[in-house]
Amino acid sequence: MKDMEQGYVTEDGRKIGGVVMEMKNITLRFGGVVAIQDISFDIREGEIRAIIGPNGAGKSSMLNVISGFYVPQEGEVWFHGAKRPKLRPYEVAQQGIARTFQNIALFEGMSVLDNVMTGRLSYMKSGMVAQALWKGKAEAEEVANREVAEKVIDFLEIQHIRKTPVGRLPYGLKKRVELARALAAEPKILLLDEPMAGMNVEEKEDMSRFILDVNDEFGTTICLIEHDMGVVMDLSDRVVVMDYGKKIGDGTPEEVRNNQDVIDAYLGVSND
Amino acid sequence: MGGEYKVAQMQSGAEGKLSLPALLERNATQFGNSPAYREKEFGIWQCWTWAEAAKEIEALALGFINLGVNRGDFIAIAGRNRPYLYWAMVAAQSVGAVPVPIYQDSNAEEIGYVLSHCGARFIVVGDQEQVDKVIEVKDQLPNFEHLLYLDPRGLRKYDHTQLHEFSHVQDQGRAACDELMPELNRRREELTYDSTCVMLYTSGTTGKPKGVVLSNRNIIESAKNASEFDNLGLNDEILAYLPLAWVGDFIFSVGQAYWTGFCTNCPESTETMMTDLREIGPTYYFAPPRVFETQLTNVMIRMEDAGKLKKNMFDYFLAHAKKVGGKILDGKPVSAFDRLKYKLGHGLVYGPLKDTLGFGRVRVGYTAGEAMGPEIFDFYRSLGINLKQLYGQTEATVFITVHPDGEVYSDTVGVPAPDVEIRIDDNGEIHYRSPGTFVEYYNNPESTASTKDADGWVATGDAGFFDDATGQLRIIDRAKDVGKLVNGSMFAPKYVENKLKFYPDILEAVLFGKGQDHCVAFINIDLTAVGNWAERNNIAYASYQELAGHPKVLQSIREHVSTVNESVAQDPMLSGCQVHRFVVLHKELDADDGEMTRTRKVRRRIIEEKYADIIAALYDGSDRISTATEVTYEDGRKGEITATLDISDARVVPVAVQKVAAE
Repeated sequence: MKDMEQGYVTEDGRKIGGVVMEMKNITLRFGGVVAIQDISFDIREGEIRAIIGPNGAGKSSMLNVISGFYVPQEGEVWFHGAKRPKLRPYEVAQQGIARTFQNIALFEGMSVLDNVMTGRLSYMKSGMVAQALWKGKAEAEEVANREVAEKVIDFLEIQHIRKTPVGRLPYGLKKRVELARALAAEPKILLLDEPMAGMNVEEKEDMSRFILDVNDEFGTTICLIEHDMGVVMDLSDRVVVMDYGKKIGDGTPEEVRNNQDVIDAYLGVSND
Repeated sequence: MGGEYKVAQMQSGAEGKLSLPALLERNATQFGNSPAYREKEFGIWQCWTWAEAAKEIEALALGFINLGVNRGDFIAIAGRNRPYLYWAMVAAQSVGAVPVPIYQDSNAEEIGYVLSHCGARFIVVGDQEQVDKVIEVKDQLPNFEHLLYLDPRGLRKYDHTQLHEFSHVQDQGRAACDELMPELNRRREELTYDSTCVMLYTSGTTGKPKGVVLSNRNIIESAKNASEFDNLGLNDEILAYLPLAWVGDFIFSVGQAYWTGFCTNCPESTETMMTDLREIGPTYYFAPPRVFETQLTNVMIRMEDAGKLKKNMFDYFLAHAKKVGGKILDGKPVSAFDRLKYKLGHGLVYGPLKDTLGFGRVRVGYTAGEAMGPEIFDFYRSLGINLKQLYGQTEATVFITVHPDGEVYSDTVGVPAPDVEIRIDDNGEIHYRSPGTFVEYYNNPESTASTKDADGWVATGDAGFFDDATGQLRIIDRAKDVGKLVNGSMFAPKYVENKLKFYPDILEAVLFGKGQDHCVAFINIDLTAVGNWAERNNIAYASYQELAGHPKVLQSIREHVSTVNESVAQDPMLSGCQVHRFVVLHKELDADDGEMTRTRKVRRRIIEEKYADIIAALYDGSDRISTATEVTYEDGRKGEITATLDISDARVVPVAVQKVAAE
């Protein structure tokens, strides 16, 4: 069904390309604690890749390795066919990787629009003084960036809260605003850390819809962490399963669902 | 503006050739640079002048011909209010087809009924949601050929043999301009004052929706008369936010807009309507009572949360406005001191409040569609908003009676609109005859004949009478709903329901009592208002059902009902309608469950059948009732909710039995 080198076309007609990012034998330790142990997997262009696992499996740590926030003690991250050096967070952003956080990290006192505009920061070239004076290039730049921000606001259907301070929004909408900010950066790879945690069924359905639409409309590669199995299985093209820092499964949702190790990790093993 | 635009109307040519496409051409030449449409998109108000709009419509009309639209075809249109969909209506008329706007929140089954009833060959919709509904019922639509959509989002992978993007159809039209232009001109030339302008489906309070056929004459005469009645002109602004399928929206946003040349503004999304209303500040505004009720509820909720100083100031000046505001608006004598105080109130409270509500510039405001509670009506008028009532229906192209400026009463619906004749038959039913009287119900000669007689008189189905004191028409209720109690006193449910709905925490009320010895009621709480109240009083609740059954909620509703009873007892004719017992329902009455129409009118018969067990319990004296109700979710799935409801008694004021007058 799939030519793994060249990419493939999914059942619903989306094109999945070659490997854009590859984790090679990643091991991450915090002192004596091994958070991630010798994990390898890849992410293909245009796919929705999920990392799942029970609490404490090391999912968020893995995402932080991908985003370059953590540097693993062992192993390499390959990006577009080359080994990625140690990067600062803003350099990661400039490479086209954007993310959302598990415990929403927005500027609570700022409006939704301003929060989304911060996603455009790496596209702003004019200096602080020019921006403050709103002169020449700074003005044109703001207009162009505002346009992108507005398109994202339209896409995620949050026009009605454009001017509302984020602190006043309910949880589900904050999650959406965070996604908006990440999208405003026009990322090639989007990392979502538990995008549906704490949501009710309806909000989860909405969020799933948006994730699929983002992937579909912009061709964005998405790597997401989630522990709601149902959502993951419906959404993703391929799934990595982690447990206690180790990789215990990797494949299509169907393959993963039938993997005995995964079933044991999620349902527990009887001791007899 | 006035002179120029009068001239423009004179020049519109022989009446025989008058049509909306002809008015469009006139507007594009006469006031080509005036704004015709605005829509907020990507945070900015995008604007099209009449000249630009005419170009867009022409491109679409050519595209229609290119796709194979024939004369007399029906083109269904569904979606939220967007300029593109209004263009689709006029483009359809330009090619000799008939636009059929349909309610965008209808489910697939309802849409399927309308589409198959008119045999629409072409459908124009807003987005994926509408496309999905059409695809779902496609098999039942033998005539269906092509579907045009505005927003391509999510539709990329759909089979595009029958699907077309709106702008592509326009592009194809532009590309084929040289070839198709003569044909388009020919078809536009053929339009007359009597060709069909639009077909609108009734909301179907009873039974299946009927397709009301309205001619150019109906639309343009009605639009002209109403515009002159209220002195509307080129510089007026409206916000188009009501369903496209509602005759009111068609007459305001299309008929009157094309007659006077004023600008139609479309909100960014349904949720941003209030913000957009404020930004546009319309001068001409219309809303069903429900919208005014919601706005009032929101204001009251926000004032509850305001500081003490602001709250006191608000209460003080509102009380003053209640006393003199309406009189000042009507130009009646008011003492100089009261006027001064009102001016002060305007600076401190009324002005800012009106601005927040988006009514800062409203010159003429109408409420229609349903009777409005007098308290709510008076509230808006006391702020200095020229809110008037209008009585009309689809079959009359809206206007039957209207309030003239300065002669506005909350319990009447005004005088006959220009060129409208009214007569009340022996049973109290209102009949009218006007230039707006509909041509026919599509494919339904029996209904046409039973509604419209040979002389053109139409039975409205509403009972009413001319008020002796004011000379204006007063509506009692739907003729079918009006009845008598066992003791002979009159039963008119709407009157009491509207009084109940004045309370912010009551969203909907349904009164029963026809043929009984006393009245009972169903009540729906308003989740926004009651939820806010619960939050402030530290009352925890997990669901609508739990909140609706809370003893404290029941207590406050009981107070409201008792107060309403006192007020109902004042009316000699309707004092028998006091509510003896009531129940707060465990679910909101909903159009998806068939309990209301899409225009949010209560369907009594269906409710009566569905909740027969609860009604029986209300009458047999029991204290509580366990019931199970089927509910339909938005996606069409069905479920069931069970509840045990407390039945409450309300205080009633004893009155002597009155004889029924005016029936």
